[in-house]
Amino acid sequence: MKAAIVVFPGSNRERDAEAALTQAMGKKPIMVWHRDTELPDVDLVLVPGGFSYGDYLRCGAIAAHSPILREVKARADKGMAVIGVCNGFQIITEAGLLPGILLRNASLKFVCRNIRLKVETSQSLFTSQYEQGQVLSIPVAHHDGNYFADDRTLDELEANGQVAFRYCSPDGEFGDEHNPNGSARSIAGIFNRTKNVLGLMPHPENAIEPLQGSTDGKALFKSMVEALS
Amino acid sequence: MSTATAKITPNVIAEHGLTNEEYALVLEIMGREPSMTELGIFSVMWSEHCSYKSSRVHLKKLPTKAPWVIQGPGENAGVIDIGDGQAAIFKMESHNHPSFIEPYQGAATGVGGIMRDVFTMGARPIANVNALRFGEPDDPKTRHLIAGVVAGIGGYGNCMGVPTVAGEVNFHASYNGNILVNAMTVGLAQTDKIFYSAAAGVGNPVIYVGAKTGRDGIHGATMASAEFNEDSEEKRPTVQVGDPFTEKLLLEACLELMATDAIVAIQDMGAAGLTSSSVEMSSKGGLGIELDLDKVPVRETHMTAYEIMLSESQERMLMILKPQAMDKARAIFEKWELDFAEIGRLTNTGHLVLKKNGKVEADMPVAPLVEKSPVYQRPYVPTKPQANIDPALVPAPSDLLMALRTLVGSPDLASRRWVWEQYDHLVMGHTAQRPGGDAAVVRLPDMNGKALAITSDCTPRYCLADPKTGGAQAVVETWRNLTAVGATPLAITDNMNFGNPQRPEIMGQFVGCIEGMVEACNALDYPVISGNVSLYNETNGKGILPTPVIGGVGVIADAEKSAPIAFRQPGEVILLVGETKGHLGQSIYLRELHGREEGAPPPVDLAAEKRNGDFIRTQILAGSVTACHDCSDGGLLVAVAEMAMAGNLGATVRAPEKLSVPAHAFWFGEDQARYVATVAMGNAERFLSEAKKAGVPVTVLGETGSNALTLVDSGTISVASLRETHEAFFPDLMGAGS
Repeated sequence: MKAAIVVFPGSNRERDAEAALTQAMGKKPIMVWHRDTELPDVDLVLVPGGFSYGDYLRCGAIAAHSPILREVKARADKGMAVIGVCNGFQIITEAGLLPGILLRNASLKFVCRNIRLKVETSQSLFTSQYEQGQVLSIPVAHHDGNYFADDRTLDELEANGQVAFRYCSPDGEFGDEHNPNGSARSIAGIFNRTKNVLGLMPHPENAIEPLQGSTDGKALFKSMVEALS
Repeated sequence: MSTATAKITPNVIAEHGLTNEEYALVLEIMGREPSMTELGIFSVMWSEHCSYKSSRVHLKKLPTKAPWVIQGPGENAGVIDIGDGQAAIFKMESHNHPSFIEPYQGAATGVGGIMRDVFTMGARPIANVNALRFGEPDDPKTRHLIAGVVAGIGGYGNCMGVPTVAGEVNFHASYNGNILVNAMTVGLAQTDKIFYSAAAGVGNPVIYVGAKTGRDGIHGATMASAEFNEDSEEKRPTVQVGDPFTEKLLLEACLELMATDAIVAIQDMGAAGLTSSSVEMSSKGGLGIELDLDKVPVRETHMTAYEIMLSESQERMLMILKPQAMDKARAIFEKWELDFAEIGRLTNTGHLVLKKNGKVEADMPVAPLVEKSPVYQRPYVPTKPQANIDPALVPAPSDLLMALRTLVGSPDLASRRWVWEQYDHLVMGHTAQRPGGDAAVVRLPDMNGKALAITSDCTPRYCLADPKTGGAQAVVETWRNLTAVGATPLAITDNMNFGNPQRPEIMGQFVGCIEGMVEACNALDYPVISGNVSLYNETNGKGILPTPVIGGVGVIADAEKSAPIAFRQPGEVILLVGETKGHLGQSIYLRELHGREEGAPPPVDLAAEKRNGDFIRTQILAGSVTACHDCSDGGLLVAVAEMAMAGNLGATVRAPEKLSVPAHAFWFGEDQARYVATVAMGNAERFLSEAKKAGVPVTVLGETGSNALTLVDSGTISVASLRETHEAFFPDLMGAGS
């Protein structure tokens, strides 16, 4: 698998993502600067977390209009795999790769902690190494992770199996007390219709070795390598 | 005040915070009446904040040297050698006054400023820490201040992508009108790639990079050098506004430039902005500097020389570049979309010359501006010692475990989770020990597990009762916290927060704390490598508790070997390292259960600290300790409860049979030099025999197990119930949805 990470001014988890991809692939991904207009020939593009353009205007809104994102979108439409994490999820949602939007957390505060995440499907290139229904411990760190879409869109996402992850209790139960940001139907990550694009708020790249308190994020990167190599 | 034509009257001089004697010295140096711009420059350079005029004679007593110290106080930040060609660069700085006036921006720019101090020297910041002091929880302003300060710290640090990994929060009425916001940054650099601020090379270009200059923060350094009163609200316009996005770009651009061979000298524009950066760089190089202020990037029209020189706009740097590297440097800053302006040259005149619209606005000798700045030997009276409190005369609680529950839910001991969950403490992926323990542990990239341990501590009530003991205790508590995770403590930064130094009793507190710090640093081989002094922390004539905050940094060869505070598994032996005399003076027990803030603080025995600390560290690194926690605020039973809550695992503990003090003094006394540790049952005997060999007293307290904390002969309380109380304080205080 060949992978690239798109770096915007204000990105700040690009090195964390680089470490996770390097661990899974055995080689480093290519770092692509936001002003580049051409994407290298890769199988996967990762849009990392951070505060692109300071999150001024609206999270992800400015990055969504950068030249490189136009290129990412064009390739994604042709089937290339794209994963957006945290700010990356906000960016690709703003860019129209995924439906809905990420609102300010219901608590109105930034939240950083390990949460439990239920794998809704193992039928994707991003989740094949997980069991459906498996409960993961993965950190979140965001101010605007409150996923919102109208009821019809949410119904469609569920009907099409486009919900990738939901926030849950250690036993896999859903409820407001296990939902760190107020997301609709506890949604933490979604696919596009063709399941070649994944956006998620939690940070699997910060759960890849014992020192980080969890290794539950590793399988996500391993899934991608398995599918795209 | 901003017009160049204004006349210098006694009133104008007073408004600039200069005394008549200081102004007489200005006239002597200048040989004429200064221009308004020149007066402004004297004013900020000679402010307490920039000149340390009241504190300098005492700060000199602090030990600042050790074989591993690369740079002590006097640069943007201190530097220590941590082996393998790597250096840790760190400093702590206060942003107290701005944070009280405008908590979000005040705290945010405090964090931004201290990060600049660190990356100016060539280090990538890898950890942020903050030490906060607020007024009483029910003071009408407290909630607003906490909400703003915490959001501001998070807002800046989170955006920068630097994890905020440790800190402390205290509450006390003395901070009602004057909170403390002290921010510390630790960065990592290569020992052969450290950048300093001394200018060199006559004719070399002076480069301004970063954000544009506006009218914000004018006279911030002067504000930080005056007491508060009812009119302080009017000073809101002097609080700067932070832009962490621009600083993130500045960080990346500077580090990219630093990887080349372009920079002669570099200094951030912090307090007193362009004035202090240009004066300090030229004075350290023994050179003159000439600036064309028309070339300074500004974001407002018609700014005067006075305003440009005194602005404290954030996210700016001043550099001296090698002429041949100009194009390369310009390209890097253009890539990051930051201003890059050549605004002057170094000269051999020894003068600071400022031009605006072709007119000379200032022409003043640099050396006397720095060297002749006033130094005061302020009169001081030592603090009167308080009587020791006999533990036998302090009433016992009706129920020890109910007392414990009160303590773990009290403002100074309750969980700080509400605070640190608003800080991104995981970004960079190297946080091995998260907030909530004794010290954070942050692994260094690509180093096979080598890590830094970081903490900040101070017990202001001890410092008030006995400044010398309190100053020493602040230093040893950081040393203990680093030791408790298994790290070898290396050096400290200090942030001295005190009241008005012109009052002899306040100066007595300052001098006393320094004395205690000197003794502790010397005994522990633990030098001061950077620091900051914040005086005039008073409102309407009432000073804060003396608060010398210490930030400590240590190193551990393998992060995986560090000991957590959480009980790990049932059936392990709980041991107390160190001696317990049941010292209840100035204890949290005495304050929370009996409403008394009295007595002498616990004495600090530096030899015992060293002996006990070195012993427990050796045991941790040998792998025989499964969890460790230092005993401090609240005493022994609180430490045990914290370990139980962190591990969600209970314990059964008992006091020794022949107890020479009352049980509540044994469990809640705040004797120093102690640790609670757990070891596997099979390792306990060896641990005890090695302690005996080392001359370290160890007491077997009990064993871990069940989901409750049982105090033999007293009762049982569930860990869940303790946790509920421990976690409730902050969310309850800060309101629904927390």
